[in-house]
Amino acid sequence: MISAFFIFNQKGEVLISRLYRTDLKRSIADVFRIQVVSNSDVRSPIITLGSTSFFHVRVNNLYVVAVTKCNANAALVFEYCYRFIAIAKSYFGKVDEESVKNNFVLIYELIDEINDFGYPQNSEIDTLKTYITTESVMSTNIAAEESSKITTQATGATSWRRNDVKYKKNEAFVDVVETVNLSMSAKGTVLRADVEGHILMRAYLSGTPECKFGLNDKLVIDKNERGSLGDAVELDDCRFHQCVRLDEFDSSRTISFIPPDGEFELMTYRSTSNIKLPVKVIPTVTEIGTSSVSYVVTVKTNFSNKLSATNVVIRIPTPLNTTSVDCKVPNGKAKYVPADNVVVWKLPRIQGGQEVTLSATAHLTSTTHRQVWARPPIDIDFQVLMFTASGLIVRFLKVFEKNNYNSIKWVRYLTKASGSYQVRF
Amino acid sequence: MATMRAPPRKGENFELSADLNSEYRDKRKDAIKRVIANMTVQKDVSGLFPDVLKNMQTDDLEQKKLVYLYLMNYAKTQPELVILAVNTFVKDTDDPNPLVRALAIRTMGCLRAEKIIDYLCDPLQKCLRDENPYVRKTAALCVAKLYDLKPELVIENGFLETLQEMIADSNPMVVANTVAALTDIHEAAIANGSATDIFIVSNTVLNKLLIALNECSEWGRVAILNALARYETQDERESEHICERVVPQFQHANASVVLAAVKVIMIHLRGVRSENLIKQMIRKMAPPLVTLLSNPPEVQWVALRDINLLLQKRPDILSSEMRVFFCKYNDPLYVKVEKLDIMVRLASENNVDALLSELKEYASEVDVDFVRRSIKAIGQAAIKIDEAAERCVNVLLELINTRVSYVVQEAVVVMKDIFRKYPSTYEGVIPTLCANLDELDEPEAKASLIWIIGEYANKIDNADELLGIFVDTFTEESYPVQLQTLTAVVKLYLRKPDSSQGLVQRVLNTATKDCDSPDVRDRAYIYWRLLSTDPGAAKSVVQAHRPAITLPRTTVAPALLEELIGEISTLASVYHKPAETFVGRGRIGADALPRKGTDLEDDQSTARKAFQTVAAGQQAENLLNFDDPTDTQQPSGLAATQVLAATPAAANLLSGNSSNPLDDLVSIFGNTGMGSTPSQPPGGGLSAGFGGLSFGGAPVSPVPPATPSVLQASSPAPPQPPARQQTAEEDLLGLF
Repeated sequence: MISAFFIFNQKGEVLISRLYRTDLKRSIADVFRIQVVSNSDVRSPIITLGSTSFFHVRVNNLYVVAVTKCNANAALVFEYCYRFIAIAKSYFGKVDEESVKNNFVLIYELIDEINDFGYPQNSEIDTLKTYITTESVMSTNIAAEESSKITTQATGATSWRRNDVKYKKNEAFVDVVETVNLSMSAKGTVLRADVEGHILMRAYLSGTPECKFGLNDKLVIDKNERGSLGDAVELDDCRFHQCVRLDEFDSSRTISFIPPDGEFELMTYRSTSNIKLPVKVIPTVTEIGTSSVSYVVTVKTNFSNKLSATNVVIRIPTPLNTTSVDCKVPNGKAKYVPADNVVVWKLPRIQGGQEVTLSATAHLTSTTHRQVWARPPIDIDFQVLMFTASGLIVRFLKVFEKNNYNSIKWVRYLTKASGSYQVRF
Repeated sequence: MATMRAPPRKGENFELSADLNSEYRDKRKDAIKRVIANMTVQKDVSGLFPDVLKNMQTDDLEQKKLVYLYLMNYAKTQPELVILAVNTFVKDTDDPNPLVRALAIRTMGCLRAEKIIDYLCDPLQKCLRDENPYVRKTAALCVAKLYDLKPELVIENGFLETLQEMIADSNPMVVANTVAALTDIHEAAIANGSATDIFIVSNTVLNKLLIALNECSEWGRVAILNALARYETQDERESEHICERVVPQFQHANASVVLAAVKVIMIHLRGVRSENLIKQMIRKMAPPLVTLLSNPPEVQWVALRDINLLLQKRPDILSSEMRVFFCKYNDPLYVKVEKLDIMVRLASENNVDALLSELKEYASEVDVDFVRRSIKAIGQAAIKIDEAAERCVNVLLELINTRVSYVVQEAVVVMKDIFRKYPSTYEGVIPTLCANLDELDEPEAKASLIWIIGEYANKIDNADELLGIFVDTFTEESYPVQLQTLTAVVKLYLRKPDSSQGLVQRVLNTATKDCDSPDVRDRAYIYWRLLSTDPGAAKSVVQAHRPAITLPRTTVAPALLEELIGEISTLASVYHKPAETFVGRGRIGADALPRKGTDLEDDQSTARKAFQTVAAGQQAENLLNFDDPTDTQQPSGLAATQVLAATPAAANLLSGNSSNPLDDLVSIFGNTGMGSTPSQPPGGGLSAGFGGLSFGGAPVSPVPPATPSVLQASSPAPPQPPARQQTAEEDLLGLF
């Protein structure tokens, strides 16, 4: 499996280097630097040279690299790289060159714990944090008994939870976060619209609580099984945190689990039918000769006026030879950003059922050779609280524990778009 | 940490040595950290071995780990000194703290010093039976480490038997690591040829794995699923049982678990005969496959490559899901390219309009490579869906009107394929294409346009003028263009003999005298003889009817496809190539080929049958149709020369398993382009026919006596197209 693990900075300097197996030399890092870091035309995340394969993932100017010498499981290797990034984030906030340098001892400790002989081991963040800490731990301080408990838990059937959790107040917070992906044609037809939903949970519950989770009454989970339920919420697919009993879900469609302590992602789902698009964009872009382009971009919000969209950012591409742009907006701020060839229009808030229009003119320089402007799509970011584009709602969250305590549950909904809510023009 | 990047000072190691021996604990620990930092940037700190070793015995777990890290790195270079560490290690494996026990056994396995290995066996024996599961799971992997280093120790100490027993462990994680260790050892043993039966997944093992599957960690599930994939089912009921137990894993959040489950199900579905169950499984597979696309781009890419394979096996899996493969503007190129391929696979009459408007959109993007592929995809859609061909042609015309050079060139190439599929249907397009003659500077585009002009010479009034341009610059053109010019001029002459006699004389003259490619010269000679001996025969040869092209459903041979489906999620499935091509020797050896050959035996025999039917059904002159349009897509002139120059042995290699040296000629006509596959059998027949003609200069009778029986004799095993295609790709890979 994974023979070596490296972290490089942007210049190709090795920040972390760990060989898990002996079929490689440390100098293999030089090969990666030459072939990938200093190569401007890398077109694949896996490079195979001879029998050595380099898998790389980029994060904040760092390369996280796994090297294998066999017919490795590619999906697993990438999942492992991303898991490492997630763990590092959780331990020291952000993953960049500085934080890696400052925490290299901890990183070595972590990558030895989550991988042995190239095989990924337990990588549950909460469990790791019980025995790999940022402060140095004296082995005498962790009583042998305590370690036994930790290790038993780390390998057990509920490896994600300690069994001695205690809270005065038992609470559980559920966040339903939906990301809407949209691609709309110039004519206003929806080419594809889908929702990626994440149900995040923060569980502060004592003991070993047995939870049952319920969604909408009219919920169709296996799309192909449905009859014709017009207004039902339909999920194309869902995936669960490893604490959810998949066999029970498969047989009876119940979501039951013993949650990890603290924050985790209970479920992700995907929906493509009956999607309510919260924001509509109607662009009119006209090229006036070769000297200017005029824009009229209207943004409409399409939900109850009790709610509002916040942090709205609209990026409107301009031709590459734009010199300046005159913008007129009724609210928010619009600014031409030459580096990205876009007009960025920021609106802190739009109430539901409203409509705002930007009008702008981009002035172009005359260029000698006429290159066709690719017209990248207009892109919108926004957030709408207490709204779900799929219509999904949480009906109940039941907690059963042998002490029979009362627990308080909170549910929040958020629909957002970031980077993939696109309208062509 | 400032020292981490500091330039090497004189005597830095000396300073470190002093600090490592300091009386203050903090100072010593800090020094160890600096040593590790230096080690990371590949500075030589091996000289500090004794100093670091002194710090091994400590209660500070972090410091212990750092010292161990150092030891793992340098144990090999200082085998004499490592022995000093043994005592501490052995003592640690008796520590009351399970973390310390596990750490010691984990590290000892990584030291790789002969001296210490002998001391490893006893503690390992103990740790494999430790009461703590964390220690047991670490020890299980340690057995694999030991096997890697000294297999005989593992066998002598009976560790393999212990591992076999541990599959029944009550702790799921221990089971998972045991499975991983056994698989690792099993593969190593097969690779070095010492044993093949170390880890057989038996019926009892199967049941234990199925129980552990639902309880262990995500990584453990992958290991267990991989073992399940290797299980050989006894009957249909067992196959069904495995499928049903594995299906819930589709809902797992980890993409590698989902893909591993897909693999197990695809493998065990082979043993299922109930159509109903198969349908149900395939239906359940679709949504998770689509969901894989919401992963990070690298994982998406792996998933897309695997989906591509799955679609070749079962084209109906995602039939209604084409839209989810639409490219996002900010997808990385490698993801876009894969999506494009899958979109074409999923294209049907119902969704072709949406597909075309997408492809048109992509054709205006910035990346040249992606734009070209999008245009190619339009052509593939036209060839795949008859009803949509006209709409595709209209989109292509729109693109040609943009007059962006690379767009026009690619569109011309694509138009040629459309003409091949639908002869004489879109002649109205020809003037537009000819108008762009000046824009073309790439050989493939030029050759395509010349082919079109030659094919429709009687409908283009100024065909002689247009071809004249290319004849004038004949010697400067690349070989594919020369070959096409030659053929096109001959076609023109056969259709309009009066106006083009001079042109044909000129081109034959130049091609036979001034051209340095043997292919071009030979073709010119053949034309010349044909034309001078019997124009009637020439006509029937050059203007013969050719089979229509279709889009191949698979890009790999059926046997290889099955093999790759069994490798889903691995590198082999990502590259669509068997693992032997990039693991081990990095190139497929000559001895490995016969084995491949037998794998393909079934296909070979079907190909042979098909070939015989074709040969029997056609007239001899039809077989001599060396105007087979596939040659517009043949490998570049250089590659073709290489093939010709190759020894018969190399030719064998190239043409799969054929033993006939004549078959190297066939390779000239081989190409990996789309649509070539179905036209291969006549192509093979052509060269075989030439074999009968003692091709190379002797006087030829007007109609060559190439009868089916001659063909069979001279070509006992006609190379099977996908096999050759595959070997060609392998050869490319061999360049690594």
